[in-house]
Amino acid sequence: MNWLSNYVRPKIRALVAPREVPENLWHKCPSCDQMIFHRDLEENLHVCQHCGFHMRLDPLKRLAMLFDDGKYETIELPKAPIDPLKFRDQKRYVDRLKEAQAKSGNADAIMVAFGRMNGMEVVIAAFDFRFMGGSMGVAVGEGMLAAAKLAVLQDAPLVVVPASGGARMQEGILSLMQMPRTVIAVEQVKEAGLPYIVVLTDPTTGGVTASFAMLGDIQIAEKGAQIGFAGARVIEDTIRETLPEGFQRSEYLLEHGMVDMVVHRKDLRPALVRLLGLLRYRTPAAEVVSLPNPDHEIPKLGFETAAGPTPTSTAGDPHSSRPEP
Amino acid sequence: MLTFLEFEKPIAELESKIEELRHLTDNGDINIAEEVGKLQAKVDRLLRQTYAKLLPAQKVQVARHPNRPHFTDYVGALIEDFSPLAGDRAYAEDRAIIGGIGRFRGYSVLVVGQEKGHDTETRILHNFGAAKPEGYRKVQRLMQLAERFQLPVICLVDTAGAYPGVGAEQRGQAEAIARCIETCLRIKVPLVAAIIGEGGSGGAIAIAAADRVLMLEHSIYSVISPEGCASILWRDRTQASEAAIALRLTAQDLKELGVADQIVSEPIGGAHRDHAASIAVVGDALETALSELRGQDGTTLRLRRREKFIEMGMHTLS
Ligand SMILES: [Zn+2]
Repeated sequence: MNWLSNYVRPKIRALVAPREVPENLWHKCPSCDQMIFHRDLEENLHVCQHCGFHMRLDPLKRLAMLFDDGKYETIELPKAPIDPLKFRDQKRYVDRLKEAQAKSGNADAIMVAFGRMNGMEVVIAAFDFRFMGGSMGVAVGEGMLAAAKLAVLQDAPLVVVPASGGARMQEGILSLMQMPRTVIAVEQVKEAGLPYIVVLTDPTTGGVTASFAMLGDIQIAEKGAQIGFAGARVIEDTIRETLPEGFQRSEYLLEHGMVDMVVHRKDLRPALVRLLGLLRYRTPAAEVVSLPNPDHEIPKLGFETAAGPTPTSTAGDPHSSRPEP
Repeated sequence: MLTFLEFEKPIAELESKIEELRHLTDNGDINIAEEVGKLQAKVDRLLRQTYAKLLPAQKVQVARHPNRPHFTDYVGALIEDFSPLAGDRAYAEDRAIIGGIGRFRGYSVLVVGQEKGHDTETRILHNFGAAKPEGYRKVQRLMQLAERFQLPVICLVDTAGAYPGVGAEQRGQAEAIARCIETCLRIKVPLVAAIIGEGGSGGAIAIAAADRVLMLEHSIYSVISPEGCASILWRDRTQASEAAIALRLTAQDLKELGVADQIVSEPIGGAHRDHAASIAVVGDALETALSELRGQDGTTLRLRRREKFIEMGMHTLS
């Protein structure tokens, strides 16, 4: 059975991208309070041009900024059980889910996409922090397993961009079980000899850091991101003293040997392209039979952009350039 | 001295009455023995009734009971020639997690688990069973050792969670737990975990991604403590009983959710009332689980372990 066609057939979704109608033409930087014109904000990949503060990115923007020409194809994720515990606190979990779905336009806190980076085929899984704090429940675990499966089937590296407060409490013990499940996903990619790169973004904490997010062959952290296991308040309550300057920030993790590098957002794509190139094309260029050319080759499964599918993606069989796996 | 929990008050009152009567026997009153017998029967009945329908919040208290048998008690009674092995070879020896090789019912095994301690001194020594990165790195080292010599691994889980501290974060608590889970899922030897008291979040799953997961009848296993959950979702720590219900953290819940494979019955009134009996049933359950896994090809074992976790929770789909 062909998993790609029968299980998570990549759908060319006419993306209902929340067409940015800026409510405000001016944004205030949460760090330095200076005003930023919305066009400058977009141009600078949501990094404050005054102080360099890296604002959180939704997965659509994240994927568009990483893939060649901002083109990629999202993968329809397997269905996961909804509200397995029938959880309710002051509010029902199903209602919280519906709210988050309406707000983000996503089914859950993860998006998995396939596309090219400098011509190289890559699978990227990006988290949506707006969706219940990017928390990890069964659906996110399924997303990670699907991303790994897709990477193995397409013989493509896997890049994961977490932004998550940790486990999703409302799924109780099943959310905790996503830790081993996502570790298995990573293991499958590694066993296939494929690179697995993690890009830690603000914030990545709790059960997410204590599983797939710390197991990258290469660990990259975006500047100034909060990354850690225990919450700062929990630690303060335990040790009863204030935390050191810059505690749990990317730069602090680098200093303590926990990540390979800290990058500015504008350098992220070039860094990934360089690293993936080194890990994938290991012999002199002359020996590489067909170095993919980003200008002439289109992604094999078609693609889409925030503006909707491009004409080329609908023409012909998207699988034609590759034998069925 | 047995510590009584609040919901055990009627039982405690009866038992102190029995104690009083026993002192009176010295006066030579003949009806006293009969009276004690009656009261004892009443205590037993009450214990049985109470423990048969404990609320989730009460289970939390029993699971954390200070008199409950801990790692050291189990190992002392079940493992011969136990040889503790210390250190992560990088930074420190973390006494919150004990690990060592020994003989269990004839077979050499590796045993690891958290030790909470039983008095102030030992609690501090073992950091209340809250391990730091070096503890989880020691486990990785020992599991690799077990794999090299084809020793089955027994993990006894009993922790409120991994230690939240500045040093622990600096030394990579998250990475240490992630690698520990990875190691559990990688080793080609049988791996059986038993939640003997408290299975607290990441600090617990780090050593519980196992072929078989056993839970004691009144143990708990949760993604977050009910107090922590209440303070976040209810914004009120006193709602912990509500959170304990919502989280579905009892052994019975976990069996139903497919996370625990088996529930091990505790003596009437909980493991803390009869250490020997409790340890014996856990020993038998571990032996059964290990004998089912013994002799299985390592690669198959590992594949099945992974498949089990991939499937986990998906049956609730219907
Ligand atoms: Zn700024």
